[in-house]
Amino acid sequence: MNSPLPKEPTFTKESLKKQFRLSEFLAEKVISSVAFLSIAIIFLIFIFVFKESLPLFSAAEKVQVQTETQTITGATVETYGSETSTESEPETYGEPAESLEPETYGTPTEELNPVAEESSEPETYGTVTEDLNPDSASEEVVAVDEKVTQNNEGEDRTWSTFFTTEWVPVSDNPRFGLIALLIGTLKVTLIAMLIAGPLAILAAVYTSCFASNRRKEIIKPIIEMLAAFPSVVIGFFAMMVLATFFQDIFGYDSRLNAFIGGVAMALAAIPIIYTISEDALSAVPKTYTEASLALGASKAQTAFSVILPAATPGIFAALLLGVGRVFGETMIALMATGNAALLSANPFESVRTFAATIGSEMAETVFGETHYSVLFFIGSLLFIFSFILNAVAEFYVKGKLIKKFQGK
Amino acid sequence: MRDIKIQVNDLSLYYGEKKALKEISMQIPANKVTALIGPSGCGKSTFLRCINRMNDLIPSVKITGEMLVEGVDIYDKNVDVVNIRKKIGMVFQKSNPFPKSIYENVAYGPRINGLKDKTQLDEIVETSLRQAAIWDEFKDRLDDSALGLSGGQQQRLCIARTLAVSPDIILMDEPASALDPISTSKIEELVHQLKENYTIIIVTHNMQQAARTSDHTAFFYMGELIEMGKTNAIFTKPEKKQTEDYITGRFG
Repeated sequence: MNSPLPKEPTFTKESLKKQFRLSEFLAEKVISSVAFLSIAIIFLIFIFVFKESLPLFSAAEKVQVQTETQTITGATVETYGSETSTESEPETYGEPAESLEPETYGTPTEELNPVAEESSEPETYGTVTEDLNPDSASEEVVAVDEKVTQNNEGEDRTWSTFFTTEWVPVSDNPRFGLIALLIGTLKVTLIAMLIAGPLAILAAVYTSCFASNRRKEIIKPIIEMLAAFPSVVIGFFAMMVLATFFQDIFGYDSRLNAFIGGVAMALAAIPIIYTISEDALSAVPKTYTEASLALGASKAQTAFSVILPAATPGIFAALLLGVGRVFGETMIALMATGNAALLSANPFESVRTFAATIGSEMAETVFGETHYSVLFFIGSLLFIFSFILNAVAEFYVKGKLIKKFQGK
Repeated sequence: MRDIKIQVNDLSLYYGEKKALKEISMQIPANKVTALIGPSGCGKSTFLRCINRMNDLIPSVKITGEMLVEGVDIYDKNVDVVNIRKKIGMVFQKSNPFPKSIYENVAYGPRINGLKDKTQLDEIVETSLRQAAIWDEFKDRLDDSALGLSGGQQQRLCIARTLAVSPDIILMDEPASALDPISTSKIEELVHQLKENYTIIIVTHNMQQAARTSDHTAFFYMGELIEMGKTNAIFTKPEKKQTEDYITGRFG
């Protein structure tokens, strides 16, 4: 026994007494506080965002002071034209991209607009050239600001306009219809996931179940590299290349639309879904593969009826992350979706997403004004939606899927 | 040995440069249990996996020689590996039920063969589970996950799953090595019953198990087949010195 430790009686109350280990204690505390801090930060962000939208909820008192300032009762309602029905809109947004002269949108189609009943006298918004095309929009939006300051009126009506379909935040009679934005966001998300989900999962199945090791080593990093693409580059690519390409194929009117946005966002979501699905598929024990092959299953049967179901939880998590990415994606939405808050089921129609709305309008709005609060409210909505989506998926859908595919 | 099921002629297997099986020639009789014994790394499992071409999954493997099953060389270029594996089932050392329900595990084989009819599937599941002697244990919980079963139950479920595709030959790679004595004896009993209808080849490390269950025994050492014969003969008066040393526990 040449232990360097001093020889002491081993099992006495003294030697077995509880000891306080400072370094261990500190390490544990630091790690746990970091973990809690990250949770706290998420909630702090949410609280901050939500706080900024609070004026909306206490708007009633303020309105009484302000009602004298403006008593316009919707007699003069201008429309940006974007809400109008589509069939009767002959012009394409894509063509006049370079022309900066003011245009009047929508005036000829006013009567067809189902939500414009209250507007007796359509007014053309002549001076302000809110072009729907993002190319020129950025230069022109500034002009809108002048009108903003007088728009404190209407806070009492802010809530009621939330459930309408018009998003006209900057006007004498501002309307904050979130429905069109919500539908737009969901539409783009759906399109993006319909494209990205199958592609990414199939690619993952190929690399993990079919490809030789060498091919896998080449393919996997390349797809993952796509994740490192800045979204602004993808947006640019979609705007300049994909939009023209798909317009040539499908021949739709608006060059930038939900479909193009969806395709571009799919490009952003594919690497995320792919990487995580691939990891999940590769983590399925090889014994399942062997068992299935030994029963006389072909490679494809093994991949789709054993490995894929066994990897369900992982693939589900991958899809969720993909949805999260697409849902909150701002730059691509801003560049490729056309940014017109239209309510329609047509996937080839321009849309405006929540995230793009915040991204494009936050810089132009006045601090503390209704529009400002509404944008923050949209931010909270984004947060809440993704939270609910994740919660439902995690606690309800996942369990069902696992039950379905794995019989637990 | 009348009624030869598998005839192996000069079968060699290489893992890259390394020769893992050296000119194996043997005959495996039909409807009998043949045990493959030998120390670890002697190539008996590798040989077993050659019989249903599971070694195809390893890219570096090269095989020469002939493996004739009922006269057909299964390494012939025109032979479809999927069809071979349907006829030659395999039970693995570590029980590997799919993460599905008990029913789905057994029904998987028939399903991938295109069987959709529910009543027929039910029937196959029941017969297979009965053959594997676990129907009474499982009949009320067919929808439970197979992963919740005990090791012995899982292994017998895997046997049932193999039986469900009605193979001719069943390969067992140390099926009882991870099980307790009671489960082991159940599996051995099962092997004994199954040999009436199937040709069984079993790899085992357990001398007693080989002696108890098999009709014929083949002793492998260093990738070579040292000796093969009736189990009685091998265990009582082996012809080769190496066999005797191994069986009596002098090495291995």
